[in-house]
Amino acid sequence: MWRDAVLVGGKDLRVELRSRVTTMQVAPYAVLVLLLFGFAFDQNHTLLTQAAPGLFWVAVLLCTLLAVQRSYAVEATDGARDGLRLSGLDPAGIFLGKAAAVAAQLIALEVLLGAGVVVLFGTDLRDPVLLVLTALTATLGLAAAGTVYGMMAAGLRVRETLLPLLVLPVVAPVLLGATQAWMAALRLSTTDGWKWLALLASFAAIYLTLGVLAFSALVEDA
Amino acid sequence: MDPVIRFRSAVALVGRFPVLAGVDLDVTRGEIVLLQGANGAGKTSLLRACAGLLRVAAGEATVLGADLVADPRAVRRRVGLLGHATALYDDLSAADNVRFAVRAAGGSVGAVGPALERLGLTGRLAGASVSSLSAGQRRRVALAAVVARDPELWLLDEPHAGLDAEHRDLLDDLVRDAVERGATVLLASHEHDRAQPLAGRIVTVAGGMVTPTAPPFHPRMTAAHVA
Amino acid sequence: MTGAGTSDRVTRVLGAATLVAVAATAWIGLVVSPPDQTQGELVRLIYVHPAAATTCYVGFGLCALASLAYLWPRTRSRRWDSLAGASAEIGVVFCVITLVSGSIWGRGSWGVWWTWDARLTLTALLLAVFVGYLGLRRTGGDPDARARRSAVAAVLCVLVVPVDHEATTWWQTLHQGNTLLRSNPLIHGWQLVGMLVSFVAFGLLFAWLLVHRYRLELLEDRFDDEGFAAAIAERRAEGAAPVRQTAGQS
Repeated sequence: MWRDAVLVGGKDLRVELRSRVTTMQVAPYAVLVLLLFGFAFDQNHTLLTQAAPGLFWVAVLLCTLLAVQRSYAVEATDGARDGLRLSGLDPAGIFLGKAAAVAAQLIALEVLLGAGVVVLFGTDLRDPVLLVLTALTATLGLAAAGTVYGMMAAGLRVRETLLPLLVLPVVAPVLLGATQAWMAALRLSTTDGWKWLALLASFAAIYLTLGVLAFSALVEDA
Repeated sequence: MDPVIRFRSAVALVGRFPVLAGVDLDVTRGEIVLLQGANGAGKTSLLRACAGLLRVAAGEATVLGADLVADPRAVRRRVGLLGHATALYDDLSAADNVRFAVRAAGGSVGAVGPALERLGLTGRLAGASVSSLSAGQRRRVALAAVVARDPELWLLDEPHAGLDAEHRDLLDDLVRDAVERGATVLLASHEHDRAQPLAGRIVTVAGGMVTPTAPPFHPRMTAAHVA
Repeated sequence: MTGAGTSDRVTRVLGAATLVAVAATAWIGLVVSPPDQTQGELVRLIYVHPAAATTCYVGFGLCALASLAYLWPRTRSRRWDSLAGASAEIGVVFCVITLVSGSIWGRGSWGVWWTWDARLTLTALLLAVFVGYLGLRRTGGDPDARARRSAVAAVLCVLVVPVDHEATTWWQTLHQGNTLLRSNPLIHGWQLVGMLVSFVAFGLLFAWLLVHRYRLELLEDRFDDEGFAAAIAERRAEGAAPVRQTAGQS
C-alpha cells in the first residue's frame, strides 16, 4: 500500500510540476479571493484583521475544491481513469497518494495565502507552533475528505457541481476548528486553540482511516 | 493444455444492459485468438471483462486461474490491455508514462528503455509531453507500456488502428515474440486481412455472445442474482 | 407485495394510527394545553420542534445503518440501499421542519431569524450534508455502483457527526449564544403529555412515509428486474440479424 501511495503521489506531483496548473491558476485565484474579500469588507482594517483567520480558511477551502477537481481531471483524460483501475494498484495506496499530493499543493498555497494575509490584511503572526500545526492538521483533513468525495464524483458528468455540494458541508467543522485555532494563535480570541487542534486531528484521522477502508469500493465504479 | 481464459455463460452488465449475454470461451496458453464481429457485438466488452475491468455478474469466468466473478481485481496486474483510449497522462512524457505503468504493475524499470526503443520512441518522442504527440504516436506509447510490462495475457482492442504500415508490421512482430515467450493474445479487429494471418483461431462475437448457438439461459438468473 | 400499489393492510392501519396521533397532538397542542407564562403561544412549538428533530436524526441514523448493511458483504442487498435512500429523503423533510420551527421559535423569542444555537447549527449542517447525499443518489449510471457510492457517502457523513457536535457546542459556549429549549426547564402537565404524544405522532408519520417510499423504490427495482430476461433476449437478437450479408466468419 505505501509503495503504491508513493508511486501515485509522486506521479500526481510530477504532473503538477509539468503542467503547473496549481502554480499558474489556483495560486492567482487564491490571491484574487483575498483581494475580493478586501473589496467586500470595504478596506475596513480592523474588521479584516479580526476576520483574517476565517477568510484565510475560506480561501483554502475553495482552493481545496479546485485541487481535488484537478487531481481527478488528470485521471480522466483519454480514458486514463480506467488506467488507474487497470494498473492493479492498491486502492488504499491510490487514496493516500492522491491525498498526499493534494495536501502538498495545499500547503504550498497556504504559505502563499499566509503571506497574502499578512500583507493585505495586516495580520501579524504570533504563536507559530499552533499556527503551523493547525495548518498541517486541517490540510490533512481537507485533502483526505476531498479526495474521498472526489473519487465518488469523479466518473459522473455532474461532478463539477456535485463536488462542492458534497465536500463543503462535510468540511465545515474543519473551517470552524481551523479558524478558531488561528484566532487563538493570533490572540484574537480567548478560546483554547489546542482543543480545536484536537478536533481537527480527529477529523483528519477519521477521514484518512475511512478513505483507506472505503477507497477500494469507490474505485470499482466505472 | 493450460487454460488461460475460461468463460461459461458469462453475463456482464453495464447498468441494466447486458453487454455480455452468456459467453462461452476457452483460450489456452500460447494461442492468438481473433475476435470478429459487428460494431456493438461485445468484443470490447469481452476484452474488458478479461482484464477485470467489466464485472462479470453471472456465470463463470476464470482468467489466469483467477475467478473474475469473485474478485476482478486479482487479474489486473497480470494482463495488458490496449484499448481504444490510450489511458496516458497528457502532461507527462512517454518515458514517464511507461515508467509509471511498469512500476504500478510491479515490473522492473529496466524494461522501459528497451520497450521505448523497440517502438521507435526515442529522443524528442520519449521526452516531450504526450499531449504533443500524434494519435498514432500515442498509441505506440500505450503499446510500449504493454511491451514493457510483458504480461501473461495480451488483450488488444483494434490494435492496428491509427498505426502506419511500418508500425503495424512491428505490432505483428511484437505479438509473435510475446507468444514465443509464453504469453497468450486475444485481439479484436476489423482488419481481417492483417489480423487473420496472425491469429491461430478466429471466434465470432454477436449479440453479447460468442458461440453461435445460444447456451441455455437459466430462468433463475434474474437481476436479483447480480445485485 | 401484490398488485402495483404500495398500500396494504399494514400501511392502512399505520396510516390510521398516524392520523389519530397527529390529530391528538394538534388537539392537545392547540386547544387543551395552556400558553406558557414566559413564552406565550410560542411554546406550542414544543409539540413540533423536538419531535421533528428526533425523527430527523432517526431518519439519518437509519440511513447510515442501512448503508452499513449494504456495504457488509454478508448482508449486501439492494433493499438496504432503497431503505437508506428512502430514510434519508424523509429525514431531510423532517430536518427542514426542524429548522423552520426552530427559526420561528428563535424569531419569536429573540427577534432574530437565526441564532447560532449549537443544535440548530448542527441540524443545518446535517441538512446540507444529506442534501448532498441525495444529490449523489440522483446521478445515473450503474445502479450497483451508485448504491455503493451512496452507501460509503452516508457512512462518511454520519461518522463526522460527533465531530460536528463537539465543534458546534464549543462554538456556542464561546459566544454565549441563545439556546432553544433551555428556557423550558419545567415541562409538566398538559405540555408534557402533548410533547410525548407529538413524539408518537411524528414517529408514526415517519414510519408510514418510510414504508411507502421504500416500497416505491422496491417496485421500481422489480420493474427493472423483470425487464432483465427480455434485455438478454433482445441483446442476443442483435447478433442474429446481419445488417448486410458479409463474407462469412470461419
